[in-house]
Amino acid sequence: MSTSVVVTGLGATTPLGGDVASTWSALLAGRSGVKPIEADWAKDLPVRIAARIAVEPSEVLPRHRLRRLDRCQQFALIAAHEAWRDAGLAFGDEESAEGFRVDGDRLGAVVSSGIGGIITTLDNYDTLREKGWKRVSPFAVPMLMPNGAAGQVSIEFGARAGAHALASACASSAEAIGYGIDMIRSGRADIVIAGGTEAAIHQLNLAAFASMRAMSTRNDDPEAASRPYDKNRDGFVLGEGSGIVILESEEHARARGARIHGIAAGVGYSADANDIVQNDADGMSKAMKRALTDAGLEPGDIVHINAHGTSTPIGDVGEIKAIKKALGEAAGQIVVTSTKSMTGHLLGGTGAVESIATLLALREGLVPPTINIDDLDDEVDLDIAQGEPRKLPGGPAAALNNSFGFGGHNVCVAFRRHES
Amino acid sequence: MALSEQQILKGLGKIIEEIAGVPAADVTPEKSFVDDLDIDSLSMVEIAVAAQDEFGVEIPDDELKNLKTVKDVVSYVQGKDVSA
Repeated sequence: MSTSVVVTGLGATTPLGGDVASTWSALLAGRSGVKPIEADWAKDLPVRIAARIAVEPSEVLPRHRLRRLDRCQQFALIAAHEAWRDAGLAFGDEESAEGFRVDGDRLGAVVSSGIGGIITTLDNYDTLREKGWKRVSPFAVPMLMPNGAAGQVSIEFGARAGAHALASACASSAEAIGYGIDMIRSGRADIVIAGGTEAAIHQLNLAAFASMRAMSTRNDDPEAASRPYDKNRDGFVLGEGSGIVILESEEHARARGARIHGIAAGVGYSADANDIVQNDADGMSKAMKRALTDAGLEPGDIVHINAHGTSTPIGDVGEIKAIKKALGEAAGQIVVTSTKSMTGHLLGGTGAVESIATLLALREGLVPPTINIDDLDDEVDLDIAQGEPRKLPGGPAAALNNSFGFGGHNVCVAFRRHES
Repeated sequence: MALSEQQILKGLGKIIEEIAGVPAADVTPEKSFVDDLDIDSLSMVEIAVAAQDEFGVEIPDDELKNLKTVKDVVSYVQGKDVSA
């Protein structure tokens, strides 16, 4: 029996709220975080909507810190601080209220990003062209590197067991949680700060995704633009934000009397080895099956799936097929939702934010609805939560969080309800 | 017209507060950037560039490494200020 890993802290900053509580209540209320982009640079783009963060980092972090952190790193630090506080852990060499002191050599940081500090890269390139090399920030390199957020979080909390940044596009932060679970199981760490972040709402990224015809162009009705499973969906909406969880060995958490949000029961991975941008149902289903095996779960144990469901015409239906393939008859009993209908697609932040939503759904017994389904796609023949939040049964239960990324990466994280 | 020590200190205080988050009032002549104000080498590069904008005096890298205290920068800016 491998080490049991539990989740003892949650932190997030998203288009719906500056913390977990406000994000969760907006998810239950079915509120969209998508808004028009008012900036001039969006004028000539086919996509002029996005889900910007609800609380700007400038309201939270001091100016001198902001200027040496990429926006995605700012998000990660804000979410990590919330998760850390939520876990009841003390800062630095201090002791917690229970007299517990964190051993930095047993603390890991796994913080992913799909793209890294892209806004720093592009802004500094503009500066270079307009003002010359001397005006390029001396902090540009640590701000733009994709492992920058992992490094910053490890420095902030003194995590010396290892700092890692796994890049698998939109599966990056789900993979980060998987890697964090493995760090604890393999005995490298007692506690891991795990999750991901993305800040990529920029002219170039919107142009590039739009050029793929992957994005919704429902510019005249932003709140209705992200509509997974609806017949008239036309692509994803770019969001930004970060989610961080505190993973901890169950033994360690119990010894310090920590509150347990849920059990990080296992993770499953697969690679399609097929198309670079179109993930296939076979690969997705393999990730789900492997997550069940890793977590020691049966299909019938699963009551809920937080789907990747990005609101693209092909991807949404592919995932529905994959769920049925992976779970067989049990698929019909599962309440499926896509919280991207409200948050937009947070790319490298999505797996962690949605893992938090999955954990809360199990803990609270409530699944947030998928909004904007006016006309359910005929091919979506599973039980999708719509309208009001859906109640889950009490007792032992498990849920899955799916994340799929360009490159053919499929990651599924399995959580079990904690019953005290 | 040459800048007075007070003018340079005021300008430098503003720059250091912006870049390093050190209160401008703490930027007094005897303070060491590294030991007292906890300013690292990358921030010093930013401060030098901002000082160039503020005072019109370029601080080359070779000189920058010799500027250890706030007073060193004040003296450097005054010495190089040839606009008088």
